Amino acid sequence: MTHGFDLEALGRARSHLSLRNENICIEARDLQLFYGDKQALHNINMRIPEKRVSAFIGPSGCGKSTLLRCFNRMNDLVETCRIEGQIEINGTNINNKALDVAELRQKVGMVFQKPNPFPKSIYENVAYGLRLQGVKSRRILDEVVEKSLRGAALWDEVKDRLHDSALGLSGGQQQRLVIARAIAIEPEVLLLDEPASALDPISTLKIEELINDLKSKYTIVIVTHNMQQAARVSDYTAFMYMGELIEFGDTDSLFTNPKKKQTEDYITGRYG
Amino acid sequence: MDKLNIDHHISRRFNVELEEIRSRVLAMGGMVETQIRNAITALVDGDTELAEEVIKNDANVNLAEVAIDEECSHIIARRQPAASDLRLIMTVIKTITDLERIGDQAERIARMAKRLAELERPKNQYVEISSLGEHVLKMLQNTLDAFARMDAEAAIEVAKEDKKVDIEYDAVMRQSLTYMLEDTRNITRMLDVMWSARAIERIGDHAKNICEYVIFLVKGKDVRHISIEQVEEELHSDSKKQ
Repeated sequence: MTHGFDLEALGRARSHLSLRNENICIEARDLQLFYGDKQALHNINMRIPEKRVSAFIGPSGCGKSTLLRCFNRMNDLVETCRIEGQIEINGTNINNKALDVAELRQKVGMVFQKPNPFPKSIYENVAYGLRLQGVKSRRILDEVVEKSLRGAALWDEVKDRLHDSALGLSGGQQQRLVIARAIAIEPEVLLLDEPASALDPISTLKIEELINDLKSKYTIVIVTHNMQQAARVSDYTAFMYMGELIEFGDTDSLFTNPKKKQTEDYITGRYG
Repeated sequence: MDKLNIDHHISRRFNVELEEIRSRVLAMGGMVETQIRNAITALVDGDTELAEEVIKNDANVNLAEVAIDEECSHIIARRQPAASDLRLIMTVIKTITDLERIGDQAERIARMAKRLAELERPKNQYVEISSLGEHVLKMLQNTLDAFARMDAEAAIEVAKEDKKVDIEYDAVMRQSLTYMLEDTRNITRMLDVMWSARAIERIGDHAKNICEYVIFLVKGKDVRHISIEQVEEELHSDSKKQ
């Protein structure tokens, strides 16, 4: 080839992702969730693909955070909460009462809107999960801390002050630290609940960049109010409204030609 | 009327911006339509003054293209449009390029008109040009109509017309050749007639392009470079949005 272009590839559209071709990591079947008498999730059926970024969008109170919390049983903490239906993560029914929730949360890590580092050193924050597991070897701990901080794109900024308090970091750094803490115990799934909504635009971009790096290793589910963020970071997007899953599909299609009118109205800022 | 509900945004300012851009495209379309009509009239009537006016006015068509383009960039930067809003902006950007090219063709016809005005007039008074011109003008009007009403079905109907324009153009070419063969003194004039017919035929192609953008706008499907029959099949297999 003298022209240096692969002319055939030039003429091919970038292949669209399709849920049909994905391995499924999380599957919800006929999921209903009630807070007391009030039903917060209605009949959710969805299959979340493995090692992809799936974003949940929708107006406040649509149930997207509630659904996310179902995936590591955070709703157990709410007394009046009742769940029907099934959720399987990599083939395990996680609503099984006999399931060890602590073990589940090792596999399914979660990061919240407000960074919540422990009032300890940067090092101890990342090593925390391993110490809980009983790891004592300094060598292993050092290794994991460095690997996790590198994985969370924070290493270069903190390597000289690992034993300083984590509370001295900026909000964006704290959020990446929390992500480092989550990936230190090598989860299968990372749940991110509005991870960048308290951050400035540059820190937000760093988190988004990090999400992109992490998806080769983890299945990532992110709840976000910021539609452009969902459009930027995710492979698949779910639109929820009033506790129902309205549409779940590849992000490119959903943002250019959504199938449902409700989705269209929401992402273009129209009233119904 | 407005199938895409562009006046239903929570931000009323955004409604206004989109509505403004849509009406500016239609205004530009109207401007281009007048340019073609005047260019053809100038040619058929041998009106040099009118031809001059068309040539001068092309600058305004160009300005309109630049201004609308800029407005689209602003909307993209400020609003990050999605879904049908995004498709509307894409459609506008593409449509005005074709409209500007149509304007160029009108200018070209006007230049031919000036040259032809200096030559002896044919017995048929350029009826072939005026008939082909009417056909294409109608096509352009219907195109702008389909754009204004965001009507994909109408757009298909107009796009179909392009084939008929092509057939009519072929007939003009054959007829012109016959004249040239009959009498070589006709060659100079008939060459300009052929160039004008070619320019008019190109306008039909641009109108068809715009129809394809309208289909993309309304249905979200890119139907460029496929046959009309395939387009119809694609669209009618498409289930309606709930």
